[in-house]
Amino acid sequence: MVLRYAVDDLTRGVTRAKLLEYGLLLMAIGLVGGVFRFLMRRILMSASRYIEYDIRNDFFARLETLPLAYFQEHRTGDLMSRATNDLSAVRMMIGPSVMYSANTVLTFIVALTMMLLIDARLTLWSLIPLPLVSISVKYFGSAIHKRFEQIQAQLSDISAVVQESLSGVRVIRAYRQEAAEMERFRRSNQEYLDRNRQLITIQGFFFPSMTFFMGLGTLLVLRFGSREVILGRITLGQFVAFSVYLTMLSWPMIAFGWVTNMVQRGLASWKRMAEVLDVEPTIRDETAGLKTGATPVAAARRSDVAQDFSPAIRGEIEFRDLTFSYGTTPVLTHVSARIEAGQTVALVGMTGSGKSTLISLLSRLYEPPSGTVFIDGVDVRDLPLHVLRSAIGVVPQEPFLFSDTLEDNVAFGLDPSDEHRHQRVLDAAAVARLDKDVEAFPKAYDTLVGERGITLSGGQKQRTAIARAVAIDPRILILDDALSAVDTYTEEEILGRLRGVMRARTSIIVSHRISTVRDADRIFVLREGQIVEQGTHDELIGTGGLYAELHRKQLLEEELAAS
Amino acid sequence: MSAHDDEILGKAYDAGLMRRLLQYLRPYWRQVLVALAAIVVGAAAELAQPYLFKVAIDGSIATGQVTGLGRLAALYFLTLVVGFAAEYGQTWTVQLIGQRIMFDLRMAIYDHLQRLDVRYYDRNPVGRLMTRVTSDVDAINELFTSGVITVFDDVLMLVSIVVMMLVMNWRLALVAFSVLPLIIGVTQWFRKNARTSYRVVRGWVARINAFLQEHITGMSTVQLFNREALAFARFDEIDRGHRDANVDSIFYYAIFYPAIEAISALASALIIWYGGGSVISNALTLGALVAFLQYFQRFFRPISDLSEKFNVLQSAMASSERIFKLIDEPIVVRAPDVAVVRPAPAAGHIVFEGAWFAYNAEDYVLRDVSFEVKPGERVGIVGATGSGKTTLINLLLRFYDVQRGRITVDGVDIRDLDLADLRGMFSLVLQDVHLFSGTIADNIRLGNTSIDDDRVRRAAEAVHADAFINRLPGGYASPVAERGATLSVGQKQLLSFARALAFDPRVLVLDEATASVDTETETLIGDALRVLMADRTTIAIAHRLSTIQDMDKILVLHKGQVREAGTHQQLLAERGIYFKLFELQYRTDTKLELKT
Repeated sequence: MVLRYAVDDLTRGVTRAKLLEYGLLLMAIGLVGGVFRFLMRRILMSASRYIEYDIRNDFFARLETLPLAYFQEHRTGDLMSRATNDLSAVRMMIGPSVMYSANTVLTFIVALTMMLLIDARLTLWSLIPLPLVSISVKYFGSAIHKRFEQIQAQLSDISAVVQESLSGVRVIRAYRQEAAEMERFRRSNQEYLDRNRQLITIQGFFFPSMTFFMGLGTLLVLRFGSREVILGRITLGQFVAFSVYLTMLSWPMIAFGWVTNMVQRGLASWKRMAEVLDVEPTIRDETAGLKTGATPVAAARRSDVAQDFSPAIRGEIEFRDLTFSYGTTPVLTHVSARIEAGQTVALVGMTGSGKSTLISLLSRLYEPPSGTVFIDGVDVRDLPLHVLRSAIGVVPQEPFLFSDTLEDNVAFGLDPSDEHRHQRVLDAAAVARLDKDVEAFPKAYDTLVGERGITLSGGQKQRTAIARAVAIDPRILILDDALSAVDTYTEEEILGRLRGVMRARTSIIVSHRISTVRDADRIFVLREGQIVEQGTHDELIGTGGLYAELHRKQLLEEELAAS
Repeated sequence: MSAHDDEILGKAYDAGLMRRLLQYLRPYWRQVLVALAAIVVGAAAELAQPYLFKVAIDGSIATGQVTGLGRLAALYFLTLVVGFAAEYGQTWTVQLIGQRIMFDLRMAIYDHLQRLDVRYYDRNPVGRLMTRVTSDVDAINELFTSGVITVFDDVLMLVSIVVMMLVMNWRLALVAFSVLPLIIGVTQWFRKNARTSYRVVRGWVARINAFLQEHITGMSTVQLFNREALAFARFDEIDRGHRDANVDSIFYYAIFYPAIEAISALASALIIWYGGGSVISNALTLGALVAFLQYFQRFFRPISDLSEKFNVLQSAMASSERIFKLIDEPIVVRAPDVAVVRPAPAAGHIVFEGAWFAYNAEDYVLRDVSFEVKPGERVGIVGATGSGKTTLINLLLRFYDVQRGRITVDGVDIRDLDLADLRGMFSLVLQDVHLFSGTIADNIRLGNTSIDDDRVRRAAEAVHADAFINRLPGGYASPVAERGATLSVGQKQLLSFARALAFDPRVLVLDEATASVDTETETLIGDALRVLMADRTTIAIAHRLSTIQDMDKILVLHKGQVREAGTHQQLLAERGIYFKLFELQYRTDTKLELKT
């Protein structure tokens, strides 16, 4: 606008003072625009970061309520990419895309109005190429997006090849497969290059064609606008201003197509996030009135209460005609068993006989059908989850440790504000015979575990997990084949110490080794999801069934050896 | 991937690193020349456009002649077409160069990884190495595609605009350029702050990823120990940190872009004021003034482009530092330049002579270990966890080299043998069976094409693996899903036996191959083992003493030394360490009083 009058005045002759005025005006407009843009970016982008933060928190809180089965069906990498890549696409949709839209609409209206005011016919002429811009942005945008996705898929293929090859480095070296691995990698890499070439071929068109179409508009203005000036229909100032407005329009046109793609991607990503956010946790407290999954605050409140309730559990366990299947595969059929409070029982059976499942149902990692699993005569489904779980200490087959210090790992289930925390850790470590190992570490219990710290051996991991379970002082202790990586001597030591600690508590020991389970008060033998035998070691030997057979085999080996 | 990978170290620009990176451009110098030519042509076409406006205003419009306009429009159209072609050519070439360099870099890294010592893998988790091959290489691609070559574009653009303006009217040009110090100042300020906040944000992103990765994997542990609230509180802390760091960085961007626009307005104001004055005093044509304004507008794009290059440069520097560090990692265990040719056919005669070995410094895992395995002999190695059993195997296959002493195979020091020749004598069976994606048959023959389907089948039959393989829907052609997730431990074990047999080695090496399966499967595996060991030198390590009782010789490793050696009966009679191990594993009823 200012430009137009300035140029017009220049054609007529004007004073320098007037020019200065124009200059100052131009600057003022620039400054006001700048402040406005600053505020807009600041507010909108910050808001999008706050929303991102909220969504991410919700996402994690939701994950915390989901059952084990969910994590078995969904790969970690997939969930991670939803919490990061997809969330970032969603944020682009609510932050930058809103900002650019606002910008676009505003600029578009202002520029178009001004142009129409100057010369409606010229405006029409110059606008002819504009729809082409938006259409091509849209077309190229989605074509690029499609090819881009293919590239991403290939990239994850490359990652898979690398991951597989690097984690199997010993096998590859031992079988001299280096060259074959190189070839496999080269093929995957080449495919990636080829797909990229396809993308580049299209993507290369994108910006040049923008420039080209916009240039066409300018060309039309140059051609017909100049004529209008010569014919005296518009002033030279108007002509110059017109071309400036047209340049202003180019950005909104590009942004329009861009925003469309951003919104498309954002919506698709939001759908993927909502898939997780909308999952109803299948395992939750039915009675506590927390129908729709706990909010973090509620979860915090619940675990405060946990300490008060747990001593109430005595540790009497009953399975009542329990039948359970994963999908359509039956895992347990008609299992009935009673374990008195304070007993030590053992589960014996082959891999896949249902031992681990039975244990997982007790702590409701999987949901048992109602009326089948009882603790102290109460259906576990009617017990608040935190009460149930703080009463049970589980040492899983493959223990998971966190990359924290050893102390934090052992104290995992303890209240961080517990003043006896350290002592409890020491006691638990002693029971699990972790203490001697820890003494050998320079930083003792402050030693970091995992990638950034030391790598524990399989046995050390298992013993840390035992200490972690013992530390919470559970009424029920479950060892799920938890000593498999511990040598026999240490195993004997640990079992001995556990017997002391677990006096008057219920323990369930799952094992292959007869030597580990023979002292149990009661032994249950599982086969294909059914309890086929139960009794003490001596009783079972007497019955002459599967257990006796297992025992006989191990004895036979012994005798063979001794002969 | 994991947290600390993405931490950015070092300075933003390192001439040495840059020089080394540019080496990768060398094979593509022709394409680079094409791209540079396209840039020059494109710049010329773009710069001609404001000039054509000037001609229109000063020529046709001033004189009122409509006739010249058609020619001008045609010329303008020509600049558009040329500009389009040049820009397309440039983008295409540059991107393709970037892709090819990525390809080369990936191959170089991967090639080195395939030869690097196993020791290196002990120190570097797979996740970290994967980021080298994927995202680090990507960052360098960015450097080449939107960095090095387009910087030339931006600089060329800036210089040409400056020259055009100086030529058209040097006084006005100088007036317009008086805003340059402002621009440089603002850009510097932005660069400095954006760089710091970028670093901080990346740190938080890495923390979020690490936390999520760990807690999703270990979610059931979190739930079992009622840790949901605590874990959430920690996540909230990290998430909040990430948010605040981002909000901080928004501030710099929010200032920078408007500031540049305000400066641009200032420049336009100066041009109007001073240039307008010149027009009045007839020192400048009106067309030139308009062209001047247009040139100056084009001046800002390269500048803001250049300032964005900074992030690219920075992350590329950090990535290349990590990549080169990997590529430069020396390979300690390597084949000798001139390998000794050992007598053929291989006999499988293995001798350890006073072998010493430590994974870390002076912390010896093996101390002066000597023993002999005669051709065709079957030797079992027992010992408590950490006694050094697995290390023996690692040394024999030269995953590591001994620090003192030596190991010979058929009388030749293994360090004098070609690596492939040495390893070709062995088949290794590990406790954790590593399966690859591909079919069952692929997993038996691996990449060895000389093993045909028939040999695969015979190997599988011999070790009793064919029964379960035939039950699979696709038989030998069934895909192995997610690294064998659908197979049981025992099945995987049998598969690895088939693999070992198919390679028909002179020496069989078993590492704890029979631990952690139930008794029934163990019987099956025991049978398979007998087939596998027939007519071969065998070295077997096992926790379960039952599997090695009928070996020709048993070595008892204790605290890194061979403490006992002999047959099962001899060792039992010695009543030493072996006897104790044996006692513990097979307690008789009379020992029951051990319990509480």
